[in-house]
Amino acid sequence: MAAKTKCKAQLLSGNEACVQGALVAGIRFFAGYPITPSTEVAEGLAEELPKIGGRFIQMEDEIASMGAVIGASLAGLKSMTATSGPGFSLKQENIGFAAMTEVPCVVVNVQRYGPSTGLPTSPAQGDIMQARWGTHGDHPVVALMPASVRETFDLTVEAVNLAEELRTPVIILLDEVVGHMRERVELPAAEDVELFNRVKPTESPDTFLPYKPAANLVPPMPAYGDGYRFHATGLVHDETGFPCGKGADGNTLVRRLQAKVEQRQPKIARAETFQTEDAEIVIVAAGSVARSARAAVKEARAQGIKLGLVRPITAWPFPEEAIDSVAQTAKALIVAEMNLGQMILEVERIAAGRAPVFGLNRIDAELITPEDIIVRAQEVTNNVR
Amino acid sequence: MKKLELRLSGFGGQGLITAGIILAEAAILDGKNAVQSQSYGPEARGGASKAEVIISSEEIDYPKVGQADLCLAMSQQACDKYAGNTQPNGVLVLDSGYVKNPPEFSGKMYSVPITEIATSEVGRNIVANIVALGVIAGVTNVVTRESLETAVLDRVPPHTKDLNKKALAAGYESAKNLLQREGE
Repeated sequence: MAAKTKCKAQLLSGNEACVQGALVAGIRFFAGYPITPSTEVAEGLAEELPKIGGRFIQMEDEIASMGAVIGASLAGLKSMTATSGPGFSLKQENIGFAAMTEVPCVVVNVQRYGPSTGLPTSPAQGDIMQARWGTHGDHPVVALMPASVRETFDLTVEAVNLAEELRTPVIILLDEVVGHMRERVELPAAEDVELFNRVKPTESPDTFLPYKPAANLVPPMPAYGDGYRFHATGLVHDETGFPCGKGADGNTLVRRLQAKVEQRQPKIARAETFQTEDAEIVIVAAGSVARSARAAVKEARAQGIKLGLVRPITAWPFPEEAIDSVAQTAKALIVAEMNLGQMILEVERIAAGRAPVFGLNRIDAELITPEDIIVRAQEVTNNVR
Repeated sequence: MKKLELRLSGFGGQGLITAGIILAEAAILDGKNAVQSQSYGPEARGGASKAEVIISSEEIDYPKVGQADLCLAMSQQACDKYAGNTQPNGVLVLDSGYVKNPPEFSGKMYSVPITEIATSEVGRNIVANIVALGVIAGVTNVVTRESLETAVLDRVPPHTKDLNKKALAAGYESAKNLLQREGE
């Protein structure tokens, strides 16, 4: 994904890089309701979208903004919203609607301390499970967790591409640290970034069935106004798009929704590994915490402690292969996260007892430090000896 | 220089986050890596404010500052809170107009009437942050003067360029005097 040609180095925040990524990826509609620590995404797009013929709308709340995003996407525009904590909770119902009606859209959630309004300016990673299960019913989810400013740009582009390809909501799970920190970054030139546009139907509007999937399980999608007439409903529907009220149709539809993402799991799910080959203890950490973990691995190795890191880039689908591999070679795994233990549940499931899994959890509104990780690694080393 | 960690602290409205951004941009102009982060309360003005900058010729992983190599304190509250978390052989720069009770410190401590210089010598207290940058860069050479001046002028509104240029020069001048006195 990361293109080669680079522009000159600049200082950008994660939220600003998200704006740049969205513009390059072709986002032309944003609706939102500002909330710390995601506001800079709305601010940036409010400034930039009108200049290139796009639209920015500040809606009355998060529920309405998610609805507006779905409407704009049905009308043919690549659409996005950004929010945080309590706002993410409010968007859940319509995220489910977008999953059911297969409307491509991107939801940026810059995670902050919760529950409820919590600590608005403080970091957390407490929304990993909400990203997966925040809306009710079985549904597919793609959620990406950038750890740097450059990666925020790249994963924003990827989120837009995946939403268009899969016709499903894609979540960018930033955290306050990455969203607000500024760092030196070189962004690729727009013409070097690969884009994916939703596939449109080629057949006649007379015979068109809006929810008849192509071979890749994704139905081609016309825009309202293209001349194809179709109905989008959150009720269980058949290939005509109209509600049918039958369990058998629900079975076909929901299984297909799940399968269109699941069958691409190997392509979508990704993790970065760092010094895991000979690692006795492997840290699993994502987002900003992975930066601390990377520093800890370097520091620990200088002291002779064989630490390694697996950094999930996709929270969902979870990168099973990377965990599976270290579960076979490491003496123990430590899952470091700014919550009371969410990602650890996936790691335990995949490790399945082959390596003991320990948690390292902070919820005091501070980023986990490299020292925290080294201390925990020493404790765990004594424990598994 | 492998890695330098700086903490700029004071109260909201003093332009410390802007100062942090400018410092990081100057470091990038120097060809270094830089990370800037901040913490602030929900208030727009008056609350405690802190910007952190890490400058390194290598990759920067952990983005927060631990024991700073340099700490700027532009309020007594900030000084009380952060000065202690500075390397024992580090540098402390205090705005003497606000910090009336400087701490015991084993490293180098410079008390400079930063806001007073901005008000009386430069003409507006709003550029105290830029005076502070001049002092910091003057005593540490953390970034080159050329890059810092470029970074300042890139960030400030066009009609304030002369004012900010003057503020930066006043900061450097004050640093020069401090170093001279130190040498005597």
